[in-house]
Amino acid sequence: MVNTATATRVPQATPQRFPPAANAGAGARIEVQGVSHWFAQRGQGGAGASEAARLQVIEALDLEIAPGEFVALLGPSGCGKSSLLRLVAGLEPASAGQLLQDGKPITDPDPSRIVVFQDPTLFPWRSVWDNVALGLQARGLLKTQGHRVDEALALVGLEAFARALPHELSGGMAQRVALARALVNDPRLLVLDEPLGKLDSLTRLTMQTELVALWQRQGFSALLVTHDVEEALFMAQRVVVFSERPARIREVLVNDLPYPRHRGDPRLAELRRQALALLGLGDSW
Amino acid sequence: MSTLAEHILPGHPQRRRPDAGLLDTDAVPLVPAPAHVAAPRTPFWWQGTLAALAWALLALLTHLWPNLPAGFTEWAYTTEFALGAAGVSGLLWLLVLAPESLQPLAQLRRRLRPAGPWLVALALGLAVWEVLTAKLGRLPTPFFAPPQALVEVYATDAERLAESAANSLRLLAIGIGIGALVGFATGVLIGWSRAASYWIHPVLRVLGPVPTTALLPVSFYFFPSSWSTAVFLIALGMAFPVAILTWSGVAGVHKNFYDVARTLGASQWFLVLRVAIPAALPQVFVGLFMGLGAAFSTLVVAEMLGVKSGLGWYLTWAQGWAAYPNMYAALILMALLFSGVISLLFALRDRVLSWQKGTLKW
Repeated sequence: MVNTATATRVPQATPQRFPPAANAGAGARIEVQGVSHWFAQRGQGGAGASEAARLQVIEALDLEIAPGEFVALLGPSGCGKSSLLRLVAGLEPASAGQLLQDGKPITDPDPSRIVVFQDPTLFPWRSVWDNVALGLQARGLLKTQGHRVDEALALVGLEAFARALPHELSGGMAQRVALARALVNDPRLLVLDEPLGKLDSLTRLTMQTELVALWQRQGFSALLVTHDVEEALFMAQRVVVFSERPARIREVLVNDLPYPRHRGDPRLAELRRQALALLGLGDSW
Repeated sequence: MSTLAEHILPGHPQRRRPDAGLLDTDAVPLVPAPAHVAAPRTPFWWQGTLAALAWALLALLTHLWPNLPAGFTEWAYTTEFALGAAGVSGLLWLLVLAPESLQPLAQLRRRLRPAGPWLVALALGLAVWEVLTAKLGRLPTPFFAPPQALVEVYATDAERLAESAANSLRLLAIGIGIGALVGFATGVLIGWSRAASYWIHPVLRVLGPVPTTALLPVSFYFFPSSWSTAVFLIALGMAFPVAILTWSGVAGVHKNFYDVARTLGASQWFLVLRVAIPAALPQVFVGLFMGLGAAFSTLVVAEMLGVKSGLGWYLTWAQGWAAYPNMYAALILMALLFSGVISLLFALRDRVLSWQKGTLKW
């Protein structure tokens, strides 16, 4: 699936990027152009499944993420947000339209675009260190760049747990390991698929702040899917509100508040009211 | 952050040792209290005392109660059996009475402690057996031999038994080695490749359930020797369950694992070797366990019918001249060997799947 001929390694902006320095040049530009997507539904009248038997999840979507930008996708559950993430990651081809990274079509998964899923999906037979090392190992870089694993673990504050096994970790720690596993690859786009969805609310708030700090330090572009309105507004610079399935853009809310942000900011409250109204919860607010 | 982590994960750096079971021979002592720590005094080993008494009873009973005259001859090795029981009793007394300061004995006592009830039961069982056969003759003599008859077999026929056991083990090792490798490779192949699954799956489905022993008469024609037939059939019996369970393990790997690895830049080979196979290993071990059962029965039947050596051959050979004590002796040896092989497999599994420990405890 990963075709070595087409999986183009985008040249790194600088050879070593872990020192904490804002680095806007590191982020990827992602363009989603006229993308529509259907799910083939199973068990619907055999081989000659008609258009009607397929479920449309995305309809004629245009979206652009600027280099180093933090964009959040907000929408009712099951509206097709996660499908869009899979297309951006290159895990599936789009049914129609095209997706570009820095002008080049996205056809396959590539380590420059890393996904952090809702489940940490740590490999249970590997220690924390070996889990984080996965990407380097897969690309044959582990021998020469093993130190990056330690740096990534330090970045998420888990150096002391390098030898622990995944089942020994709490939910928040496991998700931090998943984050380290992504960051060790120096991603140019970090795709976050409800990464904090299963954490308790306290850990969740801490991790939101940590994620924003990491994004600011590392300079990657970030695409976050969430159905938590506060989370989207607190973290992202632009919040794209989707309609019901098939996903279309209903509104884009721009949050120009500087970082670090304060959760009690009246501007956030105002944006939250708007977002909830767009999601059909205007009356209850 | 780290304080929170420490709170959640007490003492994580030392990996917890899997609980040492009875079969775990290289286990550290169950209570590894260093000598300088004032360990709580271990209570007196009452069960050990009881066991020592039971073995003494067995020794006295065997020695003092005259054997019922059994037709042609007196049971040989009665005295030796009694001496052996007395020896066990003596050793148990020694263990019970040894002071804590005598390190090797105290250690052995700690390890034997959980086996106390079994030691008692073993002596009593042997005593009942002895009484019913040699002393009262309640069980018909040619078919039921007293324990000392088995002692006689082990003492006088040790060489033949050892050679048979060695031949059986060699045949078994070669057969299950080949079978496990082929079964594993087949399982991975059909779990991974649609084309391989299309062609191999129906074959497995139809031929797999046929007991390998049923193929024995046919196979003798196709192979140059009965020995190579046996290797083939043992391997076949082993390969089938291993292939099916490896396949199900590979096919059952959660899709998310592949997605994660793919976005991290994994190649197809990486997905097979580093994702599919490790994730399937728990299932593979279930397959190996099931395969061993099939391999054991194939081995014994093949040795009974064609191969001219091994414990299966010994059984039919002993039966040929109605040497029932020899059959019992061979059966006991077989039970110990096969259960040893299974224990080895479990030890290997615990080692390979050590990451699994605790997933159930969570």
